[in-house]
Amino acid sequence: MVPCPRAKDSQESFTIIGDGTAEGVRSILTELRQRLIALGLMSDQGGAVEIVLAEALNNIVEHAYALQEARPLQLHADLKAGWLEIELRDRGRPLPGLGLPHPILPDTSGPIGNLPEGGFGWYLIHNLTDRVRYNRIAEENHLYLGFVINRA
Amino acid sequence: MQLATTNQCGTLVISVREGRIDAASAIQFKDAMRKATQAAQGRVVLDMSGVQFVDSSGLGAIVAAMKQLGDRRKLALSGLTPDVDRVFRLTRMDSVFGIYPSVDAALGLRASG
Repeated sequence: MVPCPRAKDSQESFTIIGDGTAEGVRSILTELRQRLIALGLMSDQGGAVEIVLAEALNNIVEHAYALQEARPLQLHADLKAGWLEIELRDRGRPLPGLGLPHPILPDTSGPIGNLPEGGFGWYLIHNLTDRVRYNRIAEENHLYLGFVINRA
Repeated sequence: MQLATTNQCGTLVISVREGRIDAASAIQFKDAMRKATQAAQGRVVLDMSGVQFVDSSGLGAIVAAMKQLGDRRKLALSGLTPDVDRVFRLTRMDSVFGIYPSVDAALGLRASG
């Protein structure tokens, strides 16, 4: 399908709601990727956005919600003038120290038995976004993930 | 998690038959890999050409699968799709695994490139 031509300053917004589980994250990401394709994002940019959102949403499920399954996930996206901003809101535990973790890449230089099996999430988030902000407002986490976008 | 295994020229080739190795499937992947590689003696190549998406949980499960092979055996990966390849490069895991464009290249049947 050929995407319709659109004015450069057009604005598009959408919200996706899902379950606070690994399966819920998967279905949000699938819908997000379809939306980004429909908006005309290049495939590599859609891929970067999907990885960032996978890490951010999994963090909410595993840490903010501590795997309590009944809690929902909410993603809101705004695309305007070459800038995609995605906001995630949750009512789970705050980030430790009420701030973004430092993006440290785990050491992969040692023997196979010592290789890290985790700790890559925030590094990927920082590396693939153009801006990240976090606020704790009235018992709610707000994470804003920004991307410079070139459309096809 | 569906894995298909074949023995080619003394190498165990394992093909992932699902499109995502992510937080929802990482544990099943690790378990399926343990079963698939239990009896393997020689090299193991994991064919990833059918996998469109790997997150950090999936990456951790692939690292864990290599550890299950024992200390000295590197897991070879073939056919990384673009989004998966990016995760391996950004985390520098591309230097930890042997990475090949195809199963044939991993088996040395065709020059890698």
